[in-house]
Amino acid sequence: MVSPVIGIEIHAQLKTTTKLFCGCLTQFGDPPNTHVCPVCTGSPGALPVLNKQAVRYAIMAGLALNGRIQPVSVFARKNYFYPDLPKGYQISQYDRPIVLGGWVDIPSDGGLKRIGITRIHIEEDAGKLLHQGSDTIAGSSHSIVDLNRASTPLIEIVTEPDIRSASEARWVVERIRETLVHLGICDGNMEEGSLRADINVSIREDDTAPFGTRCEIKNVNSFRSIERAIHIEMSRQAALLAKGEAVIQQTRQYDEATQTTRTLRDKEESHDYRYFPDPDLTPLVIESSWIEAIKTALPEQAAHRRVRYKAVGLSDFETDVLLADPQACRYLDTVADAGIPHPIAAKWIVGDLNAHIKDRGHTFANSAVPPAYLVELLTAIMQGTLSGKLGKSVLSACFETGESPQQIIAKTGQTQVSDEGELSSMVGQICAQHPDVVAKVKAGKGGAIQFLMGQVMKETKGRANPDMVKGLLEAHLNTLNTPI
Amino acid sequence: MSHIQALADAYRQGHHRVSAEVTTRLATIQHHDPTIQAFLSVQADLAMAHAQELDQRFQKGDTLPLLAGIPVAIKDNIHIKGRHTTCASKILASYTAPYDATVSGHLHAQGAIVMGKTNMDEFAMGSSTEQSAFQTTRNPRDVTRVPGGSSGGSAAAVAADMVVAALGSDTGGSIRQPAAFCGVVGLKPTYGRVSRYGLVAFASSLDQIGPLTHTVEDAAILLDAISGFDPMDSTSSNRPATRCYDGLRADIRGMRIGVPAELLGDTIDPAVKESVIAALDQLATHGASWEPFSMPALNAAVSTYYIIAPAEASSNLARFDGVRYGYRHPNGSTVKDMIATSRGHGFGDEVKRRIIIGTYVLSAGYYDAYYHQAQRVRRAISQQFQAAFATYDLIVTPTAPTTAFELGAHDRDPLGMYVADIATIPVNMAGLPAISIPCRPAPSGLPIGLQLIAPAFEEQRLLNAALLHQTLSMPTTQKEKP
Repeated sequence: MVSPVIGIEIHAQLKTTTKLFCGCLTQFGDPPNTHVCPVCTGSPGALPVLNKQAVRYAIMAGLALNGRIQPVSVFARKNYFYPDLPKGYQISQYDRPIVLGGWVDIPSDGGLKRIGITRIHIEEDAGKLLHQGSDTIAGSSHSIVDLNRASTPLIEIVTEPDIRSASEARWVVERIRETLVHLGICDGNMEEGSLRADINVSIREDDTAPFGTRCEIKNVNSFRSIERAIHIEMSRQAALLAKGEAVIQQTRQYDEATQTTRTLRDKEESHDYRYFPDPDLTPLVIESSWIEAIKTALPEQAAHRRVRYKAVGLSDFETDVLLADPQACRYLDTVADAGIPHPIAAKWIVGDLNAHIKDRGHTFANSAVPPAYLVELLTAIMQGTLSGKLGKSVLSACFETGESPQQIIAKTGQTQVSDEGELSSMVGQICAQHPDVVAKVKAGKGGAIQFLMGQVMKETKGRANPDMVKGLLEAHLNTLNTPI
Repeated sequence: MSHIQALADAYRQGHHRVSAEVTTRLATIQHHDPTIQAFLSVQADLAMAHAQELDQRFQKGDTLPLLAGIPVAIKDNIHIKGRHTTCASKILASYTAPYDATVSGHLHAQGAIVMGKTNMDEFAMGSSTEQSAFQTTRNPRDVTRVPGGSSGGSAAAVAADMVVAALGSDTGGSIRQPAAFCGVVGLKPTYGRVSRYGLVAFASSLDQIGPLTHTVEDAAILLDAISGFDPMDSTSSNRPATRCYDGLRADIRGMRIGVPAELLGDTIDPAVKESVIAALDQLATHGASWEPFSMPALNAAVSTYYIIAPAEASSNLARFDGVRYGYRHPNGSTVKDMIATSRGHGFGDEVKRRIIIGTYVLSAGYYDAYYHQAQRVRRAISQQFQAAFATYDLIVTPTAPTTAFELGAHDRDPLGMYVADIATIPVNMAGLPAISIPCRPAPSGLPIGLQLIAPAFEEQRLLNAALLHQTLSMPTTQKEKP
């Protein structure tokens, strides 16, 4: 039985308006090289000027992940040649990052396990190569460079090698993603690359043995592939050791299609990046008053929200679905603030509302049914003027028409019939029309009462208050002294 | 005597026209530059058009800045939008600047007329302008000799009266040493005083743009024009532009001058030493006092510089990879190959030498022994300057150990040329302002430069002392009015 030791490096794209060192927009999906300037294309003579918003976001991440914000940090150049790297070096942080230390808690054996964070640093992204005629540079006829992404801000979060299983690794990435997304500083979209994880894996005989030689796995771009890639890499390393061979320290590429990892480069081939402090940028000095101001203004953090939702009675499933989308959380909180109990609101938001929003390609922020509409709907249900079943069709109608629940109800008359007089006379009529069924009930066949209830529902087109109908039926039947 | 002020007055009084001035300067260029080869490009049409426009405005009686209509030259590593910036390198032979350097914007806004871009050592790496990929500039004082470097083209253009003033860049003496060799004034401002935005970087922590002029007054006018905080340069000092010209006073009374003994020893040519001491003694008769003192860290300055500057250069020049702009070798079969051959063919020997040195000193396993250690020595040099300025108001040295050497003298001895920067390099290491002004020429008639060094941001003190020296030695430096 082998036991893995895992550490993760997460690259998260910061949602700043402009790039890390120039005023170009960080906008994706536009034609290639439309968001570029002398600075981010590495024109000779151009100089970097640090984006303060990116620094604020990095500080927010550091605070939320329990790290120590460094009063002085230093930007360094990481030197290597590649066509997507306009200056021939990436501006990053090396021996003096902006955040040191920290942790993230993940679920483990019904409790929590604390995973250490080594550091967080700020760096710029590279551009993008569009290989023509092949997916890789090797087989292509030529490649086109798009520098729209060049110099967009990233933070790199490095964990301690505290992770001991593939599922723990997945939890770490999920919880860190959740934290960043709830801070509003990262989209957290792994498929689109706004969150990328590199995973360092080594194996050993048991939990007391010294660490083995590690390999770094790149190109892991979904939660599912985190677990798969780790299992595959563990098996590969275990097979090597079983054959009496050694694991070589390497960078390996995960291939989702073939479910394998393959060598990207050996340690000997690894770059000597020749890091040195960037002389174009002065050391980054952060006043403690600024840190305090940022701390005060932090939005509610994911971990806190999770505890709060559980405390008000939400299920683990509902909590996970909600936490995956901070907009959904804000939606829930708005509805709850209007007086709807959390569990009722959560049931509808996670269920029907979520389904409608997904089907229609809306988001919780731009939903055709804003929180105020859901409050109207749920208030009607709680007051008994609308059944849960009717509520679902009213909700659909709201999405269809964009009208409020009150407008829909008024238009279709779909309120629940709770008028005792009206229902009572209807019960009398139904019983008179079905003496045979009444007889069965009186003979002790309790199930036959369902038929009578069904008839009342039919008469009211399903709008009768079922609890009330049942009570009225029982009372009416007791008054009938049909001789046997 | 300010040549700029004289021209400005003449324009305003209607005695002289900008177009006439520009015509004269163009004629001088046409006559002398085939020999001197100071310019890499001359924009005669643009200069004339600009001149005519200014003449009309002078005639209308518009109030124009002091620099309006003053013919200047700009070193070819400083961008002017839409014009070539070659850095005297094959790799940028056909590169057009996509934007204005901040200093070019300042000069343009103040009406200076850019006559052309001047020759230099490739990427400013050299002390003779012989490292240009395109041409060899000659010293107007003796055409068998180098003009110094790397701003040799700018110094020669001023010395030969092709322009009134020029901009250069100074990383280890590249303004001051050619100024000394060509007999003109060269000012390196405090690091951060002048924006580096649009100056193609050689060594970012050392580079600084400054003027080359005939007179101290003109140097002050140019400094006032190009200095000041620039939000585009993070290393630019948060101070407004200087107003040194208005503040000029030829006064040195009560000033204590320190002279580092290390720069008055056997490495200095006796003629240079005598001229410098004569200048110091002359200042002493006008209320200053001077004495030698010791700055041991100076002995390590050159070797330290040749670690830090190449380290930064190796990274700064990585962007010249043939991918986005500049020279691309046609035979690259892979990306790696294309980048390697483009750089191999595009850069000259001195540039490659420094890239290799810089790459080496930053490499894993060598970083601590070289780059890190060099930073410690650099701090020691700064501290020794600081300590010296607790005692002295100014530090004075020869600008260069010798007068201008003959073309090709150091062809087989690049290190011999490195050592010649011993007096200028420490100033860049400490980020201080310094000026080179002509003092008594050598018996051979070749110019000698006197270097004055002041504490950071004390350009006014520097220029005041330099002005007094200039006034005292007027017969040798005063030039005929244009």
